[in-house]
Amino acid sequence: MIKSLLFHFGKFFMWKRSILAKPENMRMYYNETIRQMYDIGVGSLPIVFLISIFIGAVTAIQFKYQMEGTLIPAYYIGYIVRDMTIIELAPTITCIVLAGKVGSNMAAELGGMRQKEHIDAMEIMGVNTSAYLVLPKMIAAVLIIPLLVIIAAGVSIIGGYLATVPTGLFMAGDYIKGVRAFFLPYNFFMMFVKSFVFAYILTSVSCYQGYFVKGGSIELGEASTRAVVYSDILILVADYLIAVVLTA
Amino acid sequence: MIRCEAIRRSFGDQEVLKGIDFEFEKGKTNLIIGRSGAGKTVLLKILVGLVVPTSGKVWYDTTEFGSLSKQALQELRMNIGMLFQGNALFDSLTIEQNIRFPMDMFTNFTAKQKRAQVDSCLERVSLEGVHKKYPSEISGGMQKRVGIARAIVLNPRYLFCDEPNSGLDPQTSITIDELILSITKDKQITTVINTHDMNSVMEIGEKICLLDKGLVAWQGSKDEVLKSQNEELHDFIFASPFLQKLIDQR
Repeated sequence: MIKSLLFHFGKFFMWKRSILAKPENMRMYYNETIRQMYDIGVGSLPIVFLISIFIGAVTAIQFKYQMEGTLIPAYYIGYIVRDMTIIELAPTITCIVLAGKVGSNMAAELGGMRQKEHIDAMEIMGVNTSAYLVLPKMIAAVLIIPLLVIIAAGVSIIGGYLATVPTGLFMAGDYIKGVRAFFLPYNFFMMFVKSFVFAYILTSVSCYQGYFVKGGSIELGEASTRAVVYSDILILVADYLIAVVLTA
Repeated sequence: MIRCEAIRRSFGDQEVLKGIDFEFEKGKTNLIIGRSGAGKTVLLKILVGLVVPTSGKVWYDTTEFGSLSKQALQELRMNIGMLFQGNALFDSLTIEQNIRFPMDMFTNFTAKQKRAQVDSCLERVSLEGVHKKYPSEISGGMQKRVGIARAIVLNPRYLFCDEPNSGLDPQTSITIDELILSITKDKQITTVINTHDMNSVMEIGEKICLLDKGLVAWQGSKDEVLKSQNEELHDFIFASPFLQKLIDQR
């Protein structure tokens, strides 16, 4: 297992060199990046919106439950929801969900192109397929996913409000006071670091799995699954490491 | 001209090609034939650089393929066109965008020039009015022709066709064969076709290479096929009892 891990790690880093090679035609790469940004960004908005609103709502309701009967001021709920979503839930949960949606899609797209000989056709034309098919996806993901995470954080805070204030669990004033209390801009920095790193992980892992797929539709399905599973594991490991480093 | 020099290729313990020496001539349709598993596709992929040989060399005229710098390889690749067995047309692009793709990537042509070149290539393969259609909206034979149009859009000096007739009816197969032959003659390019279609062998086989068990078992032209006493060629050509009976009757 360690041998296999090292093999793929080495292969991945060798592959990185060709991904970062000089583009044959900047305009084609630019157009492809814009297309990918649209697909990743606009295509993922509904799911990001949906999970975020529920994450905020559930966080608020559960903290209300845990804090009942304690001396902790009620407005702390808003504060906890805000920091939980900004520091942890928005970047991590959003990227784990995006690994499932965007990552599996990338792996399936590249794997399908490999199987239908599209990649071979481009290679014969002289296209550096590693760069043309992967670099725009990476750039698009690293630029767009942090924006999705910002939206996710905002929607989660609104979700917490909607789940608690209209239902009478809190006063609007308490929740808003909590959201505005003890704000640290550094938390935003942590959120951005996580978003960039997770976006890079999910696109790299997914593209690697798709690009090097061999075999038929069963292998393509397996590659797509591996893309999601490995991305999720690496995102969680990176989450821990970033937390350790940035909160030390 | 493309020349193979002692090409060997192994996959694990299995040696698929055991030393291929062959010259594919300019201005001719060169056919690689042989049974399934004889190594035809591997040889074709070695010729275009998709598979690296275990040993041996491939020469494009006076240039050795394996010794090329990245830049030189890029330039050579612009002179190579290939028609794939499954066409390899990009599903998400229209026919026009598919054919235009190599020009978009490698040339500074204006939109007007690109459009004119696309029209000219589509006209060459007798397809018109399909610019805005997607590959899934046209028939298999039309897809093959679009594949040929894309392969010739940059006016290559070398054209490779992997099983150009697979999945096509006999009539369409003949049309595709005639098209490849006429392009080869008009543009005086080196065409290499990988096929097991006997009709193609007899119609357009100007130079034929029979692969058997990883070696060149026979070479010659379509005119020499029926006269040859080569056992491997005989077994391959007359594998069909129907054809054997027909020849016997004649």
